[in-house]
Amino acid sequence: MPTSIPKQELMMSGHAACAGCGAVLAMRYVLKALGEKTVVSVPASCWAVIPGNYPAEVLKVPMVYTPFAATGASISGIREGLDIEGKEDYNVVGFAGDGGTADIGLQALSAAMERGHNVFYIMYDNEAYMNTGIQRSGSTPFGAWTTTTPIGKDRTFKKEKKKVVADIMMAQGVPYVATASVAFPEDLIRKVKNAKEIKGPKFIQILSPCPPGWYHNSEDTIKVSRLAVETRVFPLYEYMNGKFNLYKTNKFVPVEEYLKIQGRFAHLKEDEIKEIQNFVNERWEILLKKEGN
Amino acid sequence: MKAQNVTREIMTGNEAVATGVKLARVKFISAYPITPQTAIVEKLAEMVSNNKINARFIEVESEHSAMASTMTSEMTGIRSFTASSSHGVLYMHEMLHWVAGSRLPVLMAVVNRAIGPPWNIWADQTDSITQRDTGWMQVYCESNQEAMDSILLGYKVAENKNVMLPIMSMQDAFTLSHTSEPVIIRDESDAYDYIGDLNLPFSIDLKNPLGYGSLMPPDGPFMELKKDMRDSMYRAIEVVKEETKKFNEKFNADFPGLIENFMMEDADYALITMGSMSSTGKYTVRKLREKGMKVGLIRILFYRPFPAEEILKSIKGLKGLGVLDRSITFGQRGAVYEDVVTSLYNKTDIPIKNYVIGLGGRDIRVKDYEKMYEGLMEGEDSMEWINVGGK
Repeated sequence: MPTSIPKQELMMSGHAACAGCGAVLAMRYVLKALGEKTVVSVPASCWAVIPGNYPAEVLKVPMVYTPFAATGASISGIREGLDIEGKEDYNVVGFAGDGGTADIGLQALSAAMERGHNVFYIMYDNEAYMNTGIQRSGSTPFGAWTTTTPIGKDRTFKKEKKKVVADIMMAQGVPYVATASVAFPEDLIRKVKNAKEIKGPKFIQILSPCPPGWYHNSEDTIKVSRLAVETRVFPLYEYMNGKFNLYKTNKFVPVEEYLKIQGRFAHLKEDEIKEIQNFVNERWEILLKKEGN
Repeated sequence: MKAQNVTREIMTGNEAVATGVKLARVKFISAYPITPQTAIVEKLAEMVSNNKINARFIEVESEHSAMASTMTSEMTGIRSFTASSSHGVLYMHEMLHWVAGSRLPVLMAVVNRAIGPPWNIWADQTDSITQRDTGWMQVYCESNQEAMDSILLGYKVAENKNVMLPIMSMQDAFTLSHTSEPVIIRDESDAYDYIGDLNLPFSIDLKNPLGYGSLMPPDGPFMELKKDMRDSMYRAIEVVKEETKKFNEKFNADFPGLIENFMMEDADYALITMGSMSSTGKYTVRKLREKGMKVGLIRILFYRPFPAEEILKSIKGLKGLGVLDRSITFGQRGAVYEDVVTSLYNKTDIPIKNYVIGLGGRDIRVKDYEKMYEGLMEGEDSMEWINVGGK
């Protein structure tokens, strides 16, 4: 069956990412959707090392590396500079991890979106600081093991719920907000293209599994991504022109299906899994209501 | 000499900086408000709003973002500007390194203000002195005229292909920033003729996609790049000299350049100063000269690159030298003092005293200067705090 995925490759082979890296697929699909008239800005993150050591580059578009907190401001400056030069048709993309987005970069992100620059901000969400070796971020979900939320005697796995930056962006009134998954590349590319139609700030959060950080087999990245959507742990939605659309899963899949293939959740007890199921159910109801409004 | 149409206006230091930015045909301005710098960007926002400058202005949510967006705008090949003070300068510290390391000839105006706690909004150079190792050139102004001229000259030096380093131009809080004095407005077409357009050799280009700041391992040219920054900084000394000469010829101006020597020809004792405090120093020199004391003053304009050779030439024949630090370094002597002493190491026998003065806007009086000059005659090389603790 032919797919709608563009054939053009703007990401070359030979990158330095781990096998099964979701963040690599996220970049590849985003660039396929945007084409070559694109400038990418990355903060400190896995994507700052994935291209490999100087002078290697893995993208066929310019790539600006910045300090951790700078993505929002970086894309603002690139956008304004290009516009002054009359290059308004170039896409300017911030491509940051969840630490660089939900935590240290949130202020710059929120401000860039508020100022209304014509930019894309892609959050590749691998749910922890993976480049520094799996430390909790604001985007790490309840129940997850990380090196700073170790299990130990006191079972100090992450006790706080995931901060969903896409929800914050919607609350802030960003003109285009979506969540996407590397297991649904056609949907991901469609969303990036929809976003492109809007002149203004665009925010897309892409769940990007991390085999060494989530302790799942590297060949299971797509499976894990798909289960995240099917179990409603990571609902896919699109918010555009004031309208909210939620992708409805066909059948009920318990969260356990998603959790059990990842080592980061291996320590969870039955009541804790039930708690996660309750969180997921509650959030799903909230999103359904949001769609109804 | 051909007659020039000279336009003079009474303006504050902040207005002089904004006028300099206009003359330099800056196209992008990004800033965050902080006292006492705010009036610079207010003035620029007003100019943009009234089409008096062909630039875009954005007010961002922090100084870190101000410097980050100024950096990336410059990367696209657009001459960019920001301004800050005090804690704002400290907040962008990380980005200052990044801009210099990216070899982007950005200019930032800094209104020197104290660092808390306790809160203090008055003149003190600790904010910019502590940025001395970021790879930025630094020029300290004594007058509103210099505050304006250093913008044009600053971009010209920074964008020189042998330099390609950012520059910050300093003026003291309130003494200059909010005080009006006559300023000669440089002719706009002469200014454009002098500075031209930015021609960045590595601007963001889709036809030649590059990585800007990618990962470099220990055996990559990381250390070589840092050495090149240092070499370029030293090369900037000659560039400042050349460009100052050109600037003065073009505008019939008298910008001093790296340093200014005041009544140094036959001086026995001299003080080294930076910024607006130099004016009171010069007044005191004249006063003491009337009494027959052979004193002089060396004013440092460019603190980075440090004008070691020029200072060495200036101190020939002195019996005593004092260095004033309007900033605080804990656990060691003042920053300017250390640089002077390092520059003169093994090249002079004269005693060099260090004076800490004027922190947090503390008044620097004629009697303080008199005391400092008298102190030099004791032949010591001690460190002394002036006008502190009621003394």
